[in-house]
Amino acid sequence: MAQTPAARIAVNGVSHDYKGDPRRSLLDFLRRDFGLTGTKKGCDHGQCGACTVMVNGRRINSCLTLAVMHDGDEVTTIEGLGMPDSLSALQKAFVSHDGFQCGYCTPGQICSAAAMIEEIREGWPSFVSVDVAGHARLDDEEIRERMSGNLCRCGAYANILAAIKEVMESGATS
Amino acid sequence: MKAFDYARAASLSDAVGAPACLIAGGTNLLDLMKLEVETPSALMDITRIGLNEITAEGDGLRIGALVTNAACAADPQVRQGWPLLSRAILAGASPQLRNKATTAGNLCQRTRCSYFMDNRSACNKRRPGSGCAALGGINRNHAILGTSDACIATYPGDMAVALAALDAQVKIEGPGGSRRIPLREFHRLPGDDPSRDNVLQPGEVITSVLLPAPVEGRQIYRKVRDRASYAFALVSVAAVLRIEDGTIVQAQLAFGSIAHKPWTDPRVDTLLVGERPSKALFDKAADLLLEGAQGQGGNDFKIPLARRTLAAVLAEATAE
Ligand SMILES: Cc1cc2nc3c(=O)[nH]c(=O)nc-3n(C[C@H](O)[C@H](O)[C@H](O)COP(=O)(O)OP(=O)(O)OC[C@H]3O[C@@H](n4cnc5c(N)ncnc54)[C@H](O)[C@@H]3O)c2cc1C
Ligand code: SF4
Ligand code: FES
Ligand code: FES
Repeated sequence: MAQTPAARIAVNGVSHDYKGDPRRSLLDFLRRDFGLTGTKKGCDHGQCGACTVMVNGRRINSCLTLAVMHDGDEVTTIEGLGMPDSLSALQKAFVSHDGFQCGYCTPGQICSAAAMIEEIREGWPSFVSVDVAGHARLDDEEIRERMSGNLCRCGAYANILAAIKEVMESGATS
Repeated sequence: MKAFDYARAASLSDAVGAPACLIAGGTNLLDLMKLEVETPSALMDITRIGLNEITAEGDGLRIGALVTNAACAADPQVRQGWPLLSRAILAGASPQLRNKATTAGNLCQRTRCSYFMDNRSACNKRRPGSGCAALGGINRNHAILGTSDACIATYPGDMAVALAALDAQVKIEGPGGSRRIPLREFHRLPGDDPSRDNVLQPGEVITSVLLPAPVEGRQIYRKVRDRASYAFALVSVAAVLRIEDGTIVQAQLAFGSIAHKPWTDPRVDTLLVGERPSKALFDKAADLLLEGAQGQGGNDFKIPLARRTLAAVLAEATAE
């Protein structure tokens, strides 16, 4: 086997040199090497969004990417957004709106929502935007479409939507 | 997942002719490697070789092979001149996947035939000569046009359907030099060799997709699927249509998820040009499109669905 090049990956501001098996997904790297178990494995095939984290500020599915491919990248997980004594605005809103039941999809939902708010700020369109060249409305239909990469088996969608809307309308940093 | 050697290409020249499987966003390849449907012994990571910009080229646009689907759909030039492309990309996958998925990786994504994705099933695409479990099996998402006795799979993507309607070109770099081919000729029909999805030769790398000048008129992408988002198409229609004084003067249509490639039929485009829109005309267009269509049992519904989706798109494109 050829020598695998190392990858320096920053997770929530802490740097790590990854030299392990190139087969390891970013998700397994976060959970096993870093012990950050907030990020969840639902399907391991890009179909559910439970493993959503941010890489250089953009949301991705950490199950469908190799750790070794993230040399020089900055990863933010749910633990990086806020901890029990320092909840982010979205985390607080999910609590106050009952935005979860079992909670398994929640870290992915919150990371996804945080990145979505930034995408909207940058003017990205969505499939339901009336005019892809124009400005997006911020109605329920838009938010639902933009959050459709995160499934919730408990069906907490209505409260997830309410939590996200509250944060967007308050203009708080997510 | 089987073990493999991993190498990072520093430039395009490292990737061209490399005896390795290229990996870009990884969203299709890693999915299939986990299932051991794909078992490359070497991976070449091409995410650091550049080719990640969208630049004007004449009146058209050059989209680098490594531009993410999200960046392409959000690009102001694409949204302004080729909204069909933005819309088709946004119809596919999820925001998270589109942030990783690349232009070239999207073109090369493999079929979603469930037997192809299951190593225990007979599949001529995965294991040539083993048969086709979808013939007489569960074939709800399979093709109705251009099939063969060896394979009835579809090309499942959305972006390429828009690129077919827009008559884009694919630029390819190979060990023997570069070539440029129409997107409409990039994917192939299964014939007696379904193992090959497209015309790429070993060692070749897609470097960009070229869009011709924008077409005046309406651009529409309509995708019909089992749920409103985050699902592959059952049928999709991409249309570029221009009308002058009540007459159709230009028509470029492409159809998704009904064949092994984004389906185009120049006869249908020609039939529409010079005519005034009417229900009778739309019916004639659908008759011509679906002349040779053949259901496989589970996907019989796709024939009337394609007919109705085409009629709906033409009605929308020609509405006052
Ligand atoms: C749950 C799920 C839902 C999805 N839904 C949709 C959908 O609705 N519509 C849709 O269109 N797609 C959908 N997709 C597919 C997605 O769009 C593709 O996985 C993605 O576009 C592939 O791009 P990538 O860069 O990740 O490719 P990779 O996985 O990196 O590569 C795919 C293939 O392309 C080859 N390749 C990559 N770059 C080059 C190059 N420059 N030159 C030559 N070969 C190259 C690779 O060798 C590999 O064979 C979905 C995927 C998932 C997992
Ligand atoms: S339809 Fe094609 S991909 Fe599916 S089982 Fe048959 S040969 Fe394989
Ligand atoms: S675990 Fe990654 S999308 Fe389901
Ligand atoms: S809260 Fe249980 S899956 Fe979403």
